[in-house]
Amino acid sequence: MALEPQPDPALPSGEPDEGFPAAPAAVDAEGHNPWYLAYRRLRRNRLALASLALFGLIVVFVLAAPLWANHVAHTGPNTTHTTEKITVDGEKREVVDVEGKPIGPVWFGAGGRFFLGADSGLGRDEMVRLMYGGRTSLFIGLTSALITTVLATILGLLAGYYKGWTDGIITRTLDVIWSFPVVLLGIALGTALAVGGLKIGPLELSGNSIWIPILIIAVVYTPYMARPIRGEVLAMREKEFVESAVAQGAGSLRIMFGELLPNLWSTVIVFFTLNIANNMLLEASLSFLGAGVQPPNSSWGKMVSLGTESIYTSPLLAFAPGILILLTVLSLNVFGDGLRDALDPRSKVRLTRAEAAESAAGGAI
Amino acid sequence: MSPGALLSARDLRVGFATEGGLLQAVDGVNFDLAGGEVLAIVGESGSGKSVTAQTILGLTRSPNAEIGGSVKLGEVELLDASDAELRKVRGERIGMVFQDPMTSFNPVYRLGDQIVEAIRAHRGDVSKTEGRARAVELLDSVGIPDAERRVDDYPHEFSGGMRQRAMIAMALALEPEVLIADEPTTALDVTIQAQVLHLLERLNRERGVATILITHDLGVVAEVADRVMVMYAGRVVEEGTLDEIFYDPQHPYTWGLLGSLTRLDRPRPKRLPQISGAPPSLLSLPQGCSFRPRCPHEFSKCPQMPPLEARVPDSSSHCDRCWLSPEQKRAKREVGGRIGLEAPA
Amino acid sequence: MARFVVRRLAGMVLVLFAVSVLTFAIFNLIPNSPPAQRLAGKNATPTLVKSIEKDWGFDEPLPVQYFETMKKIFTGELISYGDQLNVDERIVEGIPASFSLAIGAAVIWLSFGILFGFLSATRAGGWLDRALTVGSVGGISIPVFLIATLFLYFLTYKIELFPASGYVPLLEDPIQWAYHLLLPWFTLAILNIGFYSRVLRSNMLDVMREDYVRTARAKGLDERRIMIRHVLRNSLIPIITLFGLDFGATLFGGAIITEVIFSLGGVGQYAAESITNLDLPPLLAITIFGAFFVVLFNALTDVVYAYLDPRIRLGSSAR
Repeated sequence: MALEPQPDPALPSGEPDEGFPAAPAAVDAEGHNPWYLAYRRLRRNRLALASLALFGLIVVFVLAAPLWANHVAHTGPNTTHTTEKITVDGEKREVVDVEGKPIGPVWFGAGGRFFLGADSGLGRDEMVRLMYGGRTSLFIGLTSALITTVLATILGLLAGYYKGWTDGIITRTLDVIWSFPVVLLGIALGTALAVGGLKIGPLELSGNSIWIPILIIAVVYTPYMARPIRGEVLAMREKEFVESAVAQGAGSLRIMFGELLPNLWSTVIVFFTLNIANNMLLEASLSFLGAGVQPPNSSWGKMVSLGTESIYTSPLLAFAPGILILLTVLSLNVFGDGLRDALDPRSKVRLTRAEAAESAAGGAI
Repeated sequence: MSPGALLSARDLRVGFATEGGLLQAVDGVNFDLAGGEVLAIVGESGSGKSVTAQTILGLTRSPNAEIGGSVKLGEVELLDASDAELRKVRGERIGMVFQDPMTSFNPVYRLGDQIVEAIRAHRGDVSKTEGRARAVELLDSVGIPDAERRVDDYPHEFSGGMRQRAMIAMALALEPEVLIADEPTTALDVTIQAQVLHLLERLNRERGVATILITHDLGVVAEVADRVMVMYAGRVVEEGTLDEIFYDPQHPYTWGLLGSLTRLDRPRPKRLPQISGAPPSLLSLPQGCSFRPRCPHEFSKCPQMPPLEARVPDSSSHCDRCWLSPEQKRAKREVGGRIGLEAPA
Repeated sequence: MARFVVRRLAGMVLVLFAVSVLTFAIFNLIPNSPPAQRLAGKNATPTLVKSIEKDWGFDEPLPVQYFETMKKIFTGELISYGDQLNVDERIVEGIPASFSLAIGAAVIWLSFGILFGFLSATRAGGWLDRALTVGSVGGISIPVFLIATLFLYFLTYKIELFPASGYVPLLEDPIQWAYHLLLPWFTLAILNIGFYSRVLRSNMLDVMREDYVRTARAKGLDERRIMIRHVLRNSLIPIITLFGLDFGATLFGGAIITEVIFSLGGVGQYAAESITNLDLPPLLAITIFGAFFVVLFNALTDVVYAYLDPRIRLGSSAR
């Protein structure tokens, strides 16, 4: 097989003595700070921007749920219409026919009602359900990612900075959580807590609270984020700027949050973005199996589960929420990758000569 | 190309496309290396010395590199050689030693195996046993004790100095005509540095292998070199024999380098003389002479255009790039009783 | 090396203990309802609940409860109160299907993952790399149930290319065994192919920048040899660690959704049914066993990794 040589010695191993052009320095020739440079790089990445736009569209889609429900579909996500008839393009049709098969996508034939048809058995407006279900899915994804990120960052900082006993305890605990296959741990917690609800100290949640899946997912993924962060903290803390801060008499908290954390931001942001994607996938899987969101709440994962029951007659009911999950997660992953490339350019394949000439001439794009 | 020159560079240019623009790492370098000669290329970080060395073997080829000019090994033009031709040159006609012996060997293979690999890449008819025997010979010849046993060790089981010797042994395995050593001692302890330099000098003397020695340390140069080439910001600012450079330096940068050497035969200065300032960013070079911002002898002509290469009168190969006249140079380079760029305190 | 192995195995035992304690806590401590009632599940009558309380020792101190629970799981006395069946037996019945699924999928994802990653890295920036990267990001973003339902709908219903469900034991009929598992294998594999090819690509691109690759080039080795013997070889080491863990996690009940959608009747499907019935004893056992597999494989991969990296295998003492 013909392999093209792809050495890329223009990317240095970090030693300026080699005489190679250094990776874009912390401050470039015009004195811009690294965040601005990252922002510019990101702007040039059209794919990442498109993904961000897609994610934005999806957010708008789910936020518009009440608007659609009240003004277009004139129904709620849980309102059943089993015995009703609607007028589609002048013709009267049953929402759910005698055999129990629900009406398929009507699009705008009935003024927006049952845009994507009705869901099987209960005759609920699928479009409305998608929008409301999406709110739950996104909310859970975002909130749990927030919690995971905060937890993982704090634990990573503590473990990496103090080392010794603190590190030992934190790492061992994380290791134990990490030993459980993610889905198994999720369903174990999900099912056990669904039955009884949660009570730890002052925190009390009923079995069908939406916060239970949020907390479960947040905890399950914490070790996966905390480990790399701990690794970075361990590496950073040996560097000189930490020594000088200590020499200046800075306390531990100030060093952790004032010196180390600012250098972690780019990692944290990328992890957060990618974590939203992972969390949404996990929530969807858990809800699909019944160990995630509990009735009366619904989410895209749960809708897929319901949809598979009638997959041969009304496939759209299973595919639509599934595809929405795919699009959301995909857009987050692609954007997250773009973010990572913008913040750490070494990971990206280099510019062509034309692009370099253009950027040299253009300066500020 | 000078008659008798083994390796010859003419107007070598290497530029890299980076985010900040086109970075000219090497800007018109010429040199000739005669058989058996030791040429030292001296300069600070960013001077282009390493890029020059690596370009000779085609190691800087990449989609965002613009390489121009000519580098000839005998009659073979290396810069536009095909990959197959280049592969024949690498290791067999030109051997290379790199700066960091820690990372220059693959940690998962035995050292001996890596040497044998180098041999068998070019001599397919050599069996593994023959190769291994040769590897033992080589390790022994560079002064590694107990070579018979150590040839089966992994790189991490060697000390830094030993590893560097092994690198040199591997580079010379096929008895190349040229050895390029890119900062071979920089990553080593000072005491080990001397040993490795002695080794290089001995090998050059005994085997007559022409050597290009890249370094930022003039002290290293004095031990081993026949000729010296001083580089700054991608250009050669002075070139000549060892004596010419040390005793009749023409360029202010060279004076600065010499002046910052501590000498045992002089009273200790209160402050170590340095060249003030820092090397310029190759993306935004000063107008005219690149060394201007750091040169106390700057005058009106310096910003106008980069100095042209000028032959020093009464010498056959000593050249430099500086607008000062030879008389001015001779006057200005004596500072406080020694050659330097500024007076030691 | 031997000392390393011993230490690692000792550590493993400790983690297994911690895992069992955590599982116990999850099922019997954290939830906010009487444990006996929870275990009784849907058919909870007061008499049943009382007998469970005695049987499991919920009126005793915690350590005793823990001990009782573990005893039940590991001596095969665990019973699901929902259907009165022995949990451990049912689990053992499901193992062939789950293992077949996991092993077949693993072979597929490892081979394709490495192939695609290698191709991507060696042609970085080219059209193939771009296409493969798009594919791999897609692969890791697609929920398992979506792939499975798409396969199910299009390849078993619309076009009847594959059977829709069921597991045929290997010894009974190898061809049918594979035929029934083909779609489930690929369902499981797609996500991991995407992930592994990205990881390998990233590793290889990092390794390509290493000094020893430059040395190899300066020695005059040809590109193919450099890519395989130096770049790939060193890039695979972290992949092996990852694979060990992933495989351990998938082996025992990690492919629940796939098993459910294709009705394979393995351990995962048993877990899914238990969720629907809110039947906790099976989940208790499956969770603990699942975690045990991960811990075991974690220890194994550490040992393998130590063996593969001479710096660890021989100790890093410079002589």
